[in-house]
Formats: sequence, C-alpha cells, structure tokens
Amino acid sequence: MDFQLADEHRMVQATVREFARQEILPRAAALDHTPVFPSEIIQKAAALGLMGMVIPEAYGGAGMDPVSYVVAQEELARASAGLQTIITVNNSLVCDPIFHFGTEDQKRRYLPRLSSGASLGCYCLTEPAYGSDAMSLRTDARREADQWILRGTKAFVTNAVEADICIVYARTGPQPGARGISAFIVEKGFPGISVGKVEKKLGIKCSSTAEIVLDGCRVPASNLLGEPGTGGKIALTTLDGGRLGIAAQAVGIARAALEEAAAYAAGRRQFGRTIGEFQAIQWMLADMATRIDAARLLMLRAAYLRQQGTRYTREASMAKLFASETAMWVTHKAVQIFGGYGYIQDYPVERYFRDAKITEIYEGTSEIQRVVIARHLLEGHA
Amino acid sequence: MNIIVCIKQVPDTEAPIRIKADGSGIDDTGLTLVMNYYDEHATEAGLRLREQFGGTVTLVSVGAERVKEALRTGLAMGADDALLVSDPALAGADHLGIARVLAAVIRTLPHDVVICGKLSTDDNAATVGAALAEYLGLPQATAIAHLEMDGAGAGAVVHREVEGGVEVLAVPFPAVLTVERSLNEPRYPSLPGIMKARRKEIKTVTAEHLGLAADVGMAAARATLVRLSPPPARKAGRIVEGDADQAVAAIISFLKDEAKVLS
Amino acid sequence: MSKDVWVFIEHAQGTPKKISLEMLGCARRLATALAGSVVAFVPGSKVDQVAAAVGQRGADVVYTAEHALLETYTTDGYAAVLADAVRAESPAVVLAGSTAQGRDLAPRVAARLGAGIVTDCATLDWREAALVATRPMYTRKVIGTVRVTGVPCIAVVLPAMYPVAEADPSRRWEVRRRPVQIDGKAIRTSVREVKTVHRETIPLIEADVIISGGRGMKGPEHFVILDDLARALRAAVGSSRPPVDSGWVPHDYEIGQTGKTVSPQVYIACGISGAPQHLAGMSGSKLIVAINKDPNAPIFQIADLGVVGDLFEIIPKLTEAVNKVKAGSHG
Repeated sequence: MDFQLADEHRMVQATVREFARQEILPRAAALDHTPVFPSEIIQKAAALGLMGMVIPEAYGGAGMDPVSYVVAQEELARASAGLQTIITVNNSLVCDPIFHFGTEDQKRRYLPRLSSGASLGCYCLTEPAYGSDAMSLRTDARREADQWILRGTKAFVTNAVEADICIVYARTGPQPGARGISAFIVEKGFPGISVGKVEKKLGIKCSSTAEIVLDGCRVPASNLLGEPGTGGKIALTTLDGGRLGIAAQAVGIARAALEEAAAYAAGRRQFGRTIGEFQAIQWMLADMATRIDAARLLMLRAAYLRQQGTRYTREASMAKLFASETAMWVTHKAVQIFGGYGYIQDYPVERYFRDAKITEIYEGTSEIQRVVIARHLLEGHA
Repeated sequence: MNIIVCIKQVPDTEAPIRIKADGSGIDDTGLTLVMNYYDEHATEAGLRLREQFGGTVTLVSVGAERVKEALRTGLAMGADDALLVSDPALAGADHLGIARVLAAVIRTLPHDVVICGKLSTDDNAATVGAALAEYLGLPQATAIAHLEMDGAGAGAVVHREVEGGVEVLAVPFPAVLTVERSLNEPRYPSLPGIMKARRKEIKTVTAEHLGLAADVGMAAARATLVRLSPPPARKAGRIVEGDADQAVAAIISFLKDEAKVLS
Repeated sequence: MSKDVWVFIEHAQGTPKKISLEMLGCARRLATALAGSVVAFVPGSKVDQVAAAVGQRGADVVYTAEHALLETYTTDGYAAVLADAVRAESPAVVLAGSTAQGRDLAPRVAARLGAGIVTDCATLDWREAALVATRPMYTRKVIGTVRVTGVPCIAVVLPAMYPVAEADPSRRWEVRRRPVQIDGKAIRTSVREVKTVHRETIPLIEADVIISGGRGMKGPEHFVILDDLARALRAAVGSSRPPVDSGWVPHDYEIGQTGKTVSPQVYIACGISGAPQHLAGMSGSKLIVAINKDPNAPIFQIADLGVVGDLFEIIPKLTEAVNKVKAGSHG
C-alpha cells in the first residue's frame, strides 16, 4: 500500500496548482464580488485538458485517471470553488455519462466539443418539487415518430445559462421511480428548451444556477442516452463520479481556509505574542489539518477504487459526506481565527465559508449520503 | 531547425530553504524541485522557433537521476527529446565545468541555436550560458527580452535590456541565447502532454561517453562554494501609529538622523 | 604573474559608470592585501577622459584599448581585447560590475582564459592565496561564501556594495595604451541601435533611495504621488509585482523575485504587503521604511520604521515636508 502520489499525479498537481495560482487566484475574489462567467479562464483550462480530464484521448479528452482528476479538482477549488464547480460538472456529470452510456456516434458528436471547451455541459435532474426524492421526478418524454417531446422544469441546474449540452432526465415509462426514467442529451439549440429563473446564491457565485424549462422540447431519437428506463441507473452511477468531484471541491475549500488561517495566526499579534502561540488557536488549527487530511484520504481512496474498476458508491458517498462537513467546520473555524477580519470581504475566508455550504447539499445532501452509506452497511446483514 | 534548450533543476523558489548544520549546503529533505523558471521561458522560446521553422527541440541537463523530472516538465510542454548527463564524477563541478560538459554533449547533436535561461534561481550565477557560447565558439546574446527571426532562420534581431535603455542586436545563427523572463509567456504543460512525457525515454549519458577527461568535477573546479550562512538578521524596527502629521514627522527625522539622506 | 587587481571600466560619453568607480574602491582593498596595484582597463573610445576620471578615483595604472570597432560594446570585440590584455599581463584578480555588459562579458572571458569566476559578489577579500566572495543565493534566503583560485580570479560585483572615492586630481597614475588589432569579421554580432528609455527618475540599481508602490496604490493614476516624492528625495521609483501584473506600471519597475534585486540605502515601501517574493528583491536594503494601512502586513516585520496609516494622506504631506526641509537648508 502506497500513500504517495505517483509521479504523474504529482506532475498534474504541480501543473494545475501553478495554473490556479497564475490564472485563477488573482481573480477569485472579483469573481465572487462581481460574478461573471469566467469564460477566458475556462478556455485556458480547456486548453490544458481540464474540461474532459478522464475522457480518452480518442474522444478529445486528456486520458487521465480518477486520482489525477480529484487531485486537479482540489487544486482548482483551492483557488476558486465557483470556477471549479463549472469544471467538475462538465467532467463528472456530462462527459462521464456520455462516455459510459452513450453510443459511439453520441460519443463522437459530443465528447470532443465538451473536452475542448467549445461546448459546456449541464446536468438536469432536480426539479422544483423533487430534490432528494429525485427518482420521483415528473418531467416527461413522449415518443412521436423519430423524436421525443419533453415537458417539465428542471431546477438548480449548474452551468444552465452558458451550457449548450444538457443531460436531461425525464419519465418515459409507466413504472414509478427510477425504472420509468430515461436520460437524454439535449442541445440548447433544439426547439422548446430555454433557461428559466437565474438564482442568486450564497456562494460559488461565478457558476450560473438556473431553471431549465422544457416546453415541448423536440429531441431526436438518436439523442436518447442509454436504453429507455435506464435513466435512474445512469443518474445514480453518474452521481458516484460527481461526488468525487465535490469531495475534492470541499477538500480544496477547506485547505484554502486552513492555509489562510495558519498564515494569519502566525502573524497576528495580540497580548504581546502571535495568536498562533495560544493553545486555543493551535488546537483549532490542529483539528482543521487533521480533518482535512482525513477527508483527502477518503477522497483518494474512492478515486483509487474507481481507477481499479471496482464499485465505489459507498466510498464516494463517505468521501463527499465527510469532506463537505469538514469544509463547513474548517471554514467556520477559519473565520473565527480571523476574528473581525474574518467577517470582512477584503479577506477571503468569508467567501470560503459561504462556498463550503453548498458541498453539504448538492449532488446528494449529507442526509442522502448517510442513507446511501447505511444501505450498503445493512445490505450485508439483510 | 535543430533547437537545443539547456535546463537546470532547482528548488522551488516559494519553498523555505534550510541550511545544513555544518553550512556545507542546503538541506534538501522534502524540498520540491522544479525546472528553473528562466528555463521555462527558454523552452517556450524553443517551442516557438519550432512552430515557426519546424525541426526539433531537444532538452539537455546535467545532474542526478531526479533531474529527469524537470526534463519531463519540458517534454510535457512539447519538447521532442531530452538528454541527461549524469555522472558522480561531475560532483563539485563549477559553472565553467558544467558549461564544458554541456558543450561536449551539444557538439554531438546538430544545433542551430542553443537557448538557456539567463540565470538559475538557486545560485543566480548567470555564468553557464556565456561560458557555453565560448566553448562552442558561437556568438551569444544574453538576457534577451525580445526575439525576431529573419525569414530564412539564418539569424535574429534581439532586444537586450541595458541600463537606461534597450540594445537592439543582430545575431547570426548558430548562436547561444540566454533569455529574460519578459521574452515570452511559457505555456502550461497540458495534461495529455504530461502523459506523453511520462512514456518518453530520456537518454542518460556519462562523462566517459562524452570523452571528458577524468577531472571534470571538483578537481577541475576553480570556484568552490565553501559555506552557506543565513543572512544577517535585521534588528527589530519600530512602528508608528497615529495621524498623518505624526507619521510624516517620524519619517522626516528617520530620513535625517538614521538614513542620513536628508539634510 | 602580477599581484595587480584589474577593474574593467564601463563608461559612456567619457564618464565612467558609477559601478566601475565602486569597483575601484573594492580593488584597492584587494590590492592592499595582495601588495599589488589597482589597474583600470578602459576599452572603447574617448578613453583618455575616462582614464583621467578613474585615475582621480583610485587607479594606479590605466590600460586603454582604443579602437573604432570598440566604440560600441560587442561580446566578441571586448572579450578579445580583455582576454588578450589579461593573458599578457596576468593580473591576480579581474573585477567587473554586475551590469548587462559585465554579465555578458565576464563569463565569456573566464571560459576563454580557464579562469575561476564568481558573480553577484557582495563582499570580496583576498585570503590564503584565494579570492573569497560572499554572495546572496536562493532568492536571498542564504549567503554563500565562494573561494576562487587560480590566475586570474574573475569577480562580478553587485552595485552599491563599495563606496566611490572622492576625485583627487593630485593623485598619480600611469596611462598605458595597449595596441589593439581587431578583425572586423571576428565581431559576429552587430548593434543596430541602443534605444534610450527616458525616465524622470534615476535607474533603480543606482539609486540610494527607492520609493516603491504595491497593490495598496490602488491604480496607475496614484503613482504620480510617488514620482513627486522621488523628485523631492532624488530617488528612484519601483514597484512590487501586482502593479506590474495589473498594467499600472511598466515591467522595468518590478522589484522582487521576478524583477530586479536592489540594495539602496533607504527603501520606502508604500502599500506593499511584504510577500516573500518581493522581499527577495529588496531585503538587502540598508534601511527600510514601510507605509501600510494594514497593521498585520508582513513588511512590518522587516521594516526599520513602520508606519501604519493611509499612504494617500501621508505621502503628499511627506513630499511637502521634505521640500520644506530642503528649502530651509538651502535658504
């Protein structure tokens, strides 16, 4: 068992860290204060191969492994969680399902565009009335000749505004729950799809979150992703990979907060000494560092299992659950260490605090993660 | 065009540096080693020449086996080949010694231009490039901030920053160029580039291969690093808080009495 | 083989560069230890004027190498005359200033002569038949001591390390003209032009006082208050990296790891937080004043005088106060 990153993982880490330091870090605060879609940075990221990281080179991707993926995502999130959200959704929730479940034709049509930065993807599962209970979704798709007609509203779609390729889950069959759902690749150019209300968020502000409205949207039959009725399976399998990306996001945010808090504690003087000399602060920093290391190890373990080709649902849920709760805890402590300055927008920790919260919610709330993990545990005892 | 780029592996400039207890060198445990960032600019310059004229970019370095990682960074940026001269006999070589070794390697390769970083950030010596030009018998242009090739690739016009201005210099090829950071913006190694670089074989060459006499290392060195010491500690200063007038008064008396730059 | 210490003199318009005059002071110390003479080497044109100037400031002997082809510096031209002269006269030490020219020439000559060379020297001594130099290394985090042996020892010295002697016209010095034979074809590079960059203030590496602006300057339009103060103090203006990256000031303003390294008598840092990358370029300053509104800025840890306050209020008032002091003393 080797706890060291392999050479190429370290190269990826160094490259992405340097890219983040030069291209993202200087703009991260501005992207939060005056949110705009960072298209220039996304294009540069795409040129590096970051938009289709684990997609094989034959389809225009970078051909990297899952460990490289999470390592890279952590470095991106350390610089800007909002920007990393855009990238991780494109990779895990759009490229991944097309690669795993798509036909050869669909892969050739969409993966090169998504990997090169020419197109951006979004993932439309959640609806206003169906969040955690996603498998009860109501958007439906009716077959008419060689088309499917989709009707419904999707909520909280990341990248909704800028994306031109949407993975949309709709009910195609009479079976309730997952078995009645199918997945579709819907292009924004198809008639009947539009962006609805654009949300204003607590954090990850430079990534757009909006409704996608399907009003008799006409989707060619060749854009059905996978077999009819497998949409539920596709959604859940896809979320395993997505949870790796979110675990990495949470680890990155937490690490940013720890680094800033440690530097601050080493410099800030009160009562004649640096606050880092006070045990109360030292214990906070120690706990922060320990939890982050643990979260990272869970993240790497889950990525490693995916790399081995073994089922990693439980481990991905554990990683996402633990990392997100760690990010919340760590950023909360970081603001506390900064004291009054932690509340001021001139300093980055309040942004980390706001960004961290979403990691406990999307791609499966912490409550759902616990349900998933418990199910796996109890399966063995059934 | 046959383009050679000489690179050096150095500690990451962001890393804290610890001196060994006996002052004989730096403590390299846990130290991140990277390609000297001036050499990234040199590699970028080489890649752009290849884009303009075709040909190959070959990276060359001297040092221990771990230097291959720095060479792989250059390969990941897009260089075609890399070569490492590695030999314990070279330990303790001074800058002229390293330049002699590089010259010996480069003489075995077709070369139209040899590009180096202006200096390396570990020792800031800025010596190897010009010495290498001398050993190769080639014209040189050091610390270039701008490079424009003539259409045929037979020569270049470069800009060098000199005190108070810019020197515009015509250099015929083959030549040795050392580059300033302002010359270009180095590209990031792409992720597919990293994967390709992993699989590439880096040739290793010894001093014997190059026909270099036995005494190229410490014995031939005329400059030796004797000791490293920490910089002298600055004595603690004082802080002035208060309104602008008080601050100005404090600065004026400092400039008069301590700095003695105002009378 | 002689015990002399040679100084390569850089000059323009008949005047030696300040750094070359500093070298004369350094050479004197070494020559005393060696019991040899200080010899100035002056290639180029208008050499007589330069010879007199360096004679007044400490040279015992001045070799001039005058030739039309040396009017403008080229590596091939100058390396040939310097290497020939050093081979012929065999001095113990050859010094050059760390300038674009010095750094271009010295390693080439060292390689030609097989001479030991050390660059970026802060101090130089002659001890136990060797030249011993100290020099900053690892982005100024460490001081290295280097020993150079053999004949000659070549050293490239940092600016502002040695004082310039007062001009003493009563000194005696000998001028020896070296015959110069250069084949024009042997000079392979050619200088098309030297564009002078006109700036209101002094070059950073020559300034005794530097005023530097950082991110706290908040924009290009505010650097004018630093220019005003610089004029009052006869200082140079520089910056840390963020203003350069933001396009507020030209690239040659940058002081730091990716810019210039300076060691003035006084460094006044305005709105600069004091990141290590910046410190690497200015921590060799003799005295540091820092003005920043953030009391936690790391720069206060190395400042001799730290001022917590608003630089937009303080700098203009400081300029006014400086001008008053100067007017008063010249009144």
